[in-house]
Amino acid sequence: MWNPIESAPREELERLQAKRLRDTVERVYHLVPFYRKKFDEIGMKPAHVKSVEDLKNLPFTTKQDLRDHYPFGLFTVPMDQVVRIHSSSGTTGKPTVVGYTAHDMGVWKEVMARTMSMMNVGPGDVVHNAYGYGLFTGGLGFHYGAEEVGAAVVPSSGGFTKRQLLLMKDFGATVLCSTPSFALHLAEVAQDEGYDLKKDFRIRAGFFGAEPASEGLRNALRDAWGLVYIEAYGLSEIIGPGVASGCPYGNLHVFEDHFIPEVIDTETGEVLPEGEEGELVFTTVTKQALPIIRYRTKDITVLHRQPCKCGRTITIMESVKGRADDMLIVNGVNVFPSQVEHVLTKIEGITPNYVIVLDKKGVLDKLEVWVEVDDRTFADGIGALETLKSKLQQEMLNDLYINVRVKLVEPKTLERSMGKAKRIIDKREAEGLKS
Amino acid sequence: MIKKYGIKQLSIFLENRKGRLLEVTEALKDASINIRALALAESAEFGILRLVVNNPEKAKSVLSSSGFTLKEQEVFAVEVADEPGSFYEVVKILTQNDINVDYTYAFVGGASKAVLIFKVPSDMLEKALGVLDQGGITLVKPMFFYD
Repeated sequence: MWNPIESAPREELERLQAKRLRDTVERVYHLVPFYRKKFDEIGMKPAHVKSVEDLKNLPFTTKQDLRDHYPFGLFTVPMDQVVRIHSSSGTTGKPTVVGYTAHDMGVWKEVMARTMSMMNVGPGDVVHNAYGYGLFTGGLGFHYGAEEVGAAVVPSSGGFTKRQLLLMKDFGATVLCSTPSFALHLAEVAQDEGYDLKKDFRIRAGFFGAEPASEGLRNALRDAWGLVYIEAYGLSEIIGPGVASGCPYGNLHVFEDHFIPEVIDTETGEVLPEGEEGELVFTTVTKQALPIIRYRTKDITVLHRQPCKCGRTITIMESVKGRADDMLIVNGVNVFPSQVEHVLTKIEGITPNYVIVLDKKGVLDKLEVWVEVDDRTFADGIGALETLKSKLQQEMLNDLYINVRVKLVEPKTLERSMGKAKRIIDKREAEGLKS
Repeated sequence: MIKKYGIKQLSIFLENRKGRLLEVTEALKDASINIRALALAESAEFGILRLVVNNPEKAKSVLSSSGFTLKEQEVFAVEVADEPGSFYEVVKILTQNDINVDYTYAFVGGASKAVLIFKVPSDMLEKALGVLDQGGITLVKPMFFYD
């Protein structure tokens, strides 16, 4: 265990949370007009917040609030104290931006070091990090965590599957960090290339996150690599990866001395008791650049507060069961149906009547957009229709950063087979996973 | 000349889906529409069914109300001798006059004659009819197809 606070008695933990929460509330109230206005509207003063119990009276913050204050409107420090800026894709317009001070980077390293310590990763380990490096927090988050615990990091990022396999084998990687689907893709390519996964590789632990993974996929990874599966949970608005980490017993522990979790009824906003399913909400209590009060993650989960066999007393969250809104995660990239709609309306003549179909191709997510061809869009020529199709695919790639396969369909098709309102068909879970 | 020789062809967008062709033909049968000429172009996922029928207006309204995506196109037809070299003669004239053929299809009309249907870019249609007529090619009037 990296930090004894993870197994501290709950009273001690809650005292620490309360103190940090009071500091954070003071901070945002005095430094961010957005929070001051929201607090004033409901007659809240920082002095009203004494314990974690009082959190339920504070207003929520949403992704839209972050967008509305693009880029730095919710920062509580001047820019000369910001040492890192990350950003994630937006729906139709502005991305969301998150900033870190040197202190915040310290918090991030700390929680990522705790994550790595779930499997006692440290000096002598070779961590193969296949999360994407860049604006996405995944790559750098794991990178810092691995360095913090003294392991050797191979910053391979995504892509180049065969070369990655060669490096993993030759460098003797002991730890793999990637999305679960990429880890399975690596395993399948390795088999095709004639590697013996258990003889040629030494991967003992895998830190998998950034997208949902079914139990079938987890087992397939355990079997293929002979590794211990550690689930990584995080979101850039809170810090990036490192908000919660799985332990060897399979429980996902929230590092709640930094990020206080609540579960609420997504409709009413009421806090739900332990053990009930609802939307996960986080309040950061140690961050400086972008502290955030009651951030609605839209992730659906259940919290448990009983101690774990691993010795930790910090809150356990169940693996995320779904999304409160319709955001899709395609190979780790966030995609909103509104983004698809936006692209369609940009192309002259296309009525925004479409259906998004998510499926697995092998182990990777495959996104298809079925677009209706109506009398106005229909050009009497295979070539003209193929051009329309590739233009749409190119626009989707430009706007969504993912490869989308566009399929042109007749208007009646969509209405007949699935009803007008249903825009998303997710076949990924329904069909099960190839192992 | 377009007014005299232009023929209305219906192009229907079809997904490659079981039974879809059956549904088009059934709708036409139920409306007692006779198909005089047809061609089906296909890609991996969809096809375009091109029809010349005896009553294009009626066919159009029947198919539209059955939910098919369609477009009316102006094409033209020529009648040639059913013997080697006839198609060549027509294409040669079009090529010499820089007229690009979008697509063409044909059927044997009986009595040792064949009918060829051509689609050229719409801004080339008038010119195509003119040069073929001058070249001694027999143009077919719409009445040959319509009731």
